[in-house]
Amino acid sequence: MNTEQYELNKNLAQMLKGGVIMDVTTVEQARIAEDAGACAVMALERIPADIRAAGGVSRMSDPAMIRSIQEAVSIPVMAKVRIGHFTEAQILEAIEIDYIDESEVLSPADDVYHINKRAFRVPFVCGARDLGEALRRISEGASMIRTKGEPGTGDIIQAVRHMRGLQHEIRHVHGLREDELYQVAKDLQVPFDLLAEVAEKGALPVVNFAAGGIATPADAALMMQLGAEGVFVGSGIFKSGDPVKRSRAIVEAVTGYQDPILLARLSENLGEAMVGINEQEIALLMAERGV
Amino acid sequence: MTIGVLGLQGGFEEHTKMLKRIGVNSFEIRDSSHLNREMDGLIIPGGESTVMGRLLHSRNLFGFLKDMISEGLPVFGTCAGLILLAHDIEGQESPHLGTLPISVQRNGYGRQLGSFHSYQTFAGLGRIPMRFIRAPYITSCGCNVRPLANHEGRIVAAESDTCLVTAFHPELTEDPRVHAYFIHKIDPAFSLTSEELPDSARWNLSSA
Repeated sequence: MNTEQYELNKNLAQMLKGGVIMDVTTVEQARIAEDAGACAVMALERIPADIRAAGGVSRMSDPAMIRSIQEAVSIPVMAKVRIGHFTEAQILEAIEIDYIDESEVLSPADDVYHINKRAFRVPFVCGARDLGEALRRISEGASMIRTKGEPGTGDIIQAVRHMRGLQHEIRHVHGLREDELYQVAKDLQVPFDLLAEVAEKGALPVVNFAAGGIATPADAALMMQLGAEGVFVGSGIFKSGDPVKRSRAIVEAVTGYQDPILLARLSENLGEAMVGINEQEIALLMAERGV
Repeated sequence: MTIGVLGLQGGFEEHTKMLKRIGVNSFEIRDSSHLNREMDGLIIPGGESTVMGRLLHSRNLFGFLKDMISEGLPVFGTCAGLILLAHDIEGQESPHLGTLPISVQRNGYGRQLGSFHSYQTFAGLGRIPMRFIRAPYITSCGCNVRPLANHEGRIVAAESDTCLVTAFHPELTEDPRVHAYFIHKIDPAFSLTSEELPDSARWNLSSA
């Protein structure tokens, strides 16, 4: 990938800021998401809650299913590939996906190497729990970062932990001297130049969204107040009682995250939220995949 | 000089930064209470037009903004902002604000792999950098709308007396001349200092 394409890919993420990216499994859900104001959709065969329930190996979705969603909506369409599975990524690039999520939600294909994302023209978003993971993914060519959270649980605790941790580390390096940054780059196992850029700007060099466990308008607004530039909502919408109402409310909450009176109104009568699983109750921590 | 920047979704922060760079104050508009502030012009940023179109209604901004623009509030729309201002959107039954008599083709260059960067001539400014991100283009200009720039025969910037639209994103470049062009439309006395100009273009607006 040339530098120019990488800049264009970072630019697309900039245009998604302040928006909600929704997981959808059917054309009908994709249309509901677009009508509700999603800034992009993530096309996948099973949402994380069902992947978690079904167990077994979880892979890239059927390209025919992804294409049907591309034809149904005018907003960007994203799709997931397994960590390290560069052939799945080649397939998604061939069908002109707008963004690839190299995702820990699917079963990892490689327990050592991530995809060399610089070898692609299509943009990638990757999950990160902390600054080290974020900068390693960016170094590999990711043009957007999201927190990992704990997908398919409806439990926000991990997304909060990852976002707080990441922001804390950014604030910390922002105040360091250049000679100190060499040591931090070594500790975090990240390229010095990327770290120096974070230290200078006091921000990641790419857009950073929150993902994993967001189920309510309040969850979305919490993540925005903690520094997210937008949110991914996976199981939270189509596993709830009233997906239309809930998806619209989450879209509005991301724009009006600083307005508690609005958030109170948005939180009213949303019907049943997705049934949550507590962090302690789950056997498989997806966030630990791909460090 | 104060500019309101629609802050519902998308790249609004990039616009406020560019305005700051050329010494123009701005504030974000997220709901109708923010319209009580005085503003000399409005910027509608890039993002997703379907999202902003929906939020304009739910945040009770649609009617107010449409009236203000119709009554002559200067407005600058980039990418999705252009789509929101267009009177006709190809293949779509109804427009959004629809205040500018142009027709547009959404996603005119296809998906993200069709996004590109180019240098083209912008009327009165010379060659400027243009970043097209899943961009639209203008298929026709109606009464009193002048094309300002083309890319391979397609219109990618246009203006009326009070409105400026670009299919590309000047706010994503280091070149402030298109923003200065908009401010100059509002206040003919405004010009960039030579320090504010990119090295590639020591050009003065007042001489245009």
